[in-house]
Amino acid sequence: MRLPRIFPRPTSEHGIWSWVSTVDHKRIGTLYAVTSFLWFLVGGVEALLMRLQLSQADSTLIDPETFNQLFTMHGTTMVFLVVMPLSAAFFNWLVPLQIGARDVAFPRLNALSYWIFLFGSLFLNFSWVVGDAPNGGWFGYAPNSHVAYNPTDGMTYWVIGLNILGVASIAAGLNFIVTILNMRAPGMTLTKMPVFTWMTFVTSVLIVLALPVLTVALIQLQVDRLYGTNFYNSAAGGDPVLWQHVFWLFGHPEVYILILPAMGIVSEILPVFSRKPLFGYSFLVFAGVAIGFMGWFVWSHHMFTVGLGPAANSAFAISTMAIAIPTGVKIFNWLGTMWGGSIRFSTAMLFAISFIAMFTIGGLSGVMHASVPTDAQQQDTYFVVAHFHYVLFGGAIMAIFGGIYFWWPKATGYMLSEGWGKANWLIMLIGFNLQFAPQHWLGLDGMPRRVFTYAENMGWENTNMYASAGGFLMALGVLLFIINVFYSARKRVPAGDDPWDGRTLEWTMSSPPPHYNFATIPVVEHRDDFWFKKYPETIAEYYHDDHAGELTAPSGAQFDDDVDMAEDEHAEAHASDHHGDDDHGHGDIHLPDMSYYPFILALGLTIVGAGLMTIIPVIIIGTIVLLWGLIGWSMEPVNDPAPDGAAHGH
Amino acid sequence: MAASATYEVKNEYGEVINTSTGLSNKKLLMWAFLGSDVMFFGSFIATFLVYRNRSLVGPYPADVLDIPITSVSTFVLLMSSLAMVLALSYIQQGRQKLGTFWIFSVVVLGAIFLLFQVYEFNHFVHLGLTPRTNLFGTTFFILTGLHGAHVTLGVLWLMFLGFGSLKGTLRADNAIDLELAGLYWHFVDIVWIVIFTVIYLISARDVAPPGSPPFVGH
Ligand code: HEM
Ligand SMILES: [Cu+2]
Repeated sequence: MRLPRIFPRPTSEHGIWSWVSTVDHKRIGTLYAVTSFLWFLVGGVEALLMRLQLSQADSTLIDPETFNQLFTMHGTTMVFLVVMPLSAAFFNWLVPLQIGARDVAFPRLNALSYWIFLFGSLFLNFSWVVGDAPNGGWFGYAPNSHVAYNPTDGMTYWVIGLNILGVASIAAGLNFIVTILNMRAPGMTLTKMPVFTWMTFVTSVLIVLALPVLTVALIQLQVDRLYGTNFYNSAAGGDPVLWQHVFWLFGHPEVYILILPAMGIVSEILPVFSRKPLFGYSFLVFAGVAIGFMGWFVWSHHMFTVGLGPAANSAFAISTMAIAIPTGVKIFNWLGTMWGGSIRFSTAMLFAISFIAMFTIGGLSGVMHASVPTDAQQQDTYFVVAHFHYVLFGGAIMAIFGGIYFWWPKATGYMLSEGWGKANWLIMLIGFNLQFAPQHWLGLDGMPRRVFTYAENMGWENTNMYASAGGFLMALGVLLFIINVFYSARKRVPAGDDPWDGRTLEWTMSSPPPHYNFATIPVVEHRDDFWFKKYPETIAEYYHDDHAGELTAPSGAQFDDDVDMAEDEHAEAHASDHHGDDDHGHGDIHLPDMSYYPFILALGLTIVGAGLMTIIPVIIIGTIVLLWGLIGWSMEPVNDPAPDGAAHGH
Repeated sequence: MAASATYEVKNEYGEVINTSTGLSNKKLLMWAFLGSDVMFFGSFIATFLVYRNRSLVGPYPADVLDIPITSVSTFVLLMSSLAMVLALSYIQQGRQKLGTFWIFSVVVLGAIFLLFQVYEFNHFVHLGLTPRTNLFGTTFFILTGLHGAHVTLGVLWLMFLGFGSLKGTLRADNAIDLELAGLYWHFVDIVWIVIFTVIYLISARDVAPPGSPPFVGH
């Protein structure tokens, strides 16, 4: 069964079409990274505009309507177009390398996720072009976001855009769940998995379960806005509190979707630069799982002032305070990892340490507004803004920058400059604290969030001025990073395979890794397998009697050694076969052929989404493109038959 | 899951799969997806329950719902699951003709269910209940409509597989493809059982809530 091809199947490994049709997890990771970094700059500019406006009292630089659009798009961008996809960039690059696999479980689905993300993000931001950006906050509170109060198209862009992005996230989450459960190298039991891979797994489960809840909220609002149903129509009895429940039932797991990958990243950086195994691996992993689980039972702490009643408020206050326990466990794990280690203060390490400090501050303010009466003072003030920026910028973004410095040499083959890197780190850290520490005071003093200006006699001017200065300092920090990238790309100091004396499998291969990742699928014996293969003498130091079982080959690895070796040699022959052989793709079953269909399918989906803004012909065009992608995809074998006619397709 | 890293396992169809759990990737993907879909339907069902008895105007459930008719369509859908089980079993045994017959039986039963739904929707509109009428209309049509969309997708998918089976491209050795569609189909069925319970069994007698006028028809 084969459709006539409009395009021949792509085979070239260079040029723009090779990127459009790639299914290689490393290239997809790079696409995610570059795209979301660009959105990071866009979201940053939105933030700077707001800071300009707020730097003085009674400022008229930006009108209230534009200010609403700015804070809505800033929040939406940073959550959905920056931290989530930047994390996805790390998932893509690292998970197959860390578990000893040649790719993810479903490479074409992986490409599809990226293209949907790209088109969805463009669609969302297209609203700026038509001058109708969303203006109802990243939480889209109904009925404020309902047509009755919000008749322009902005929130429709928001609803449809986020729904498109949700499809991308769910598809990626499913893919990584299967990859991590199913594609591990022999011996890589769950308890030997690197912590980053573990946190990717927990995050993926959260994505797969939480994003549908957002989808539901969005569909409800969408049919209300477009077809006049009543979910959030107050005139028909629609209930604004229901929106809050559904949104935050998604929203709180979402904040863990944002932070758990960051926790995974620092859990990889700290041991390497402390030259010690992670302290309390099992505790750390378990705490991550516990956070992922408990994160489902705290959502109403965003609704303490709604008036849910003392029983509900107390229950959610207690669960929220309880979730600080596994969070605290992790912090002590990281401190214990550094304790007594021989620490090297590389840029990556500095970012990781700042993560611990900043995240702890954010966690502490979180526990403060876990208390209902306290939160009544803090809700909707800058105190909350300070809280979530300490966890999201001080936490997630700091860790992600650390991760960039840490894995850049692996991904590119050359080092990022440590000099520029440290300047980048220092300026960013100072700028961050200058911007957000004062917001704690502003919030406790009653300055409301989401308001475009404040009166002169409130006494908030100096503090706001510092905060704005801090914002521009952070921007300078980001600029230093960009300079560093260009500077280092010119210098090209070769990284070698293992520049940091790493511990996990990704450091065993060349930098950048070959197309097929592992010529021979590794056999894993220990946690930090690479380290203990480099330094077998340290095994006794860290694995005591109660872990004696872990010294020998794991019980799980009862595969037949001979068979396995034979298979590996076969794979190696295959892999090297294709290495120098560019013009005929990769016949190896582990490396699926490139494909245009993910791109086409994603394009069709986005056009349909755009058409839902009630332009019927566009829906039809989109559906045609979508079906073309779908049918082409399902008819296309993962690998074409070899050109010599040794057909193995249908 | 200590002994997870076994390589070179064969699945029930004899194909060699190199996976750590011994489950095929596709099957795991389907299970994970169904987990995701549980949250999807769960949220809509919760919305229906939250808005129960909160419509400001009629028709209310007691004015329109017809339990006997929907029981018939529910029975049809349940029988389609039985047909699905038979289809998979015959295809796995290599009894191609019987397999094909039962696959198309699922398609037909699914289509009958959808026709019942079309009839019901039409009927309700005639009685004066649309998605815009009140909260009951909104939650009812969107929830059952999205379920119907799932059934439609399943019918199309099974039709595709049925033709594959006719042409011999779906056989015992790749019956996993049918098994995946089966998992999906059974899931959609189970969701219907919940929806039927919540809407038709629990709410069917709901009349005008206090403060709302009774429905007098048009
Ligand atoms: C110790 C752990 C944490 C606790 C106890 C906690 C508690 C809270 C509470 C009670 C609120 C509601 C405040 C209000 O609106 O009055 C809140 C808001 C928020 N938290 Fe946390 N939090 C914690 C960690 C995190 C993490 C790790 C993140 C993200 C990475 C995060 C992101 C947010 C965001 C974005 C908001 C504001 C949402 C909005 O209103 O727009 N929190 N947190
Ligand atoms: Cu929360």
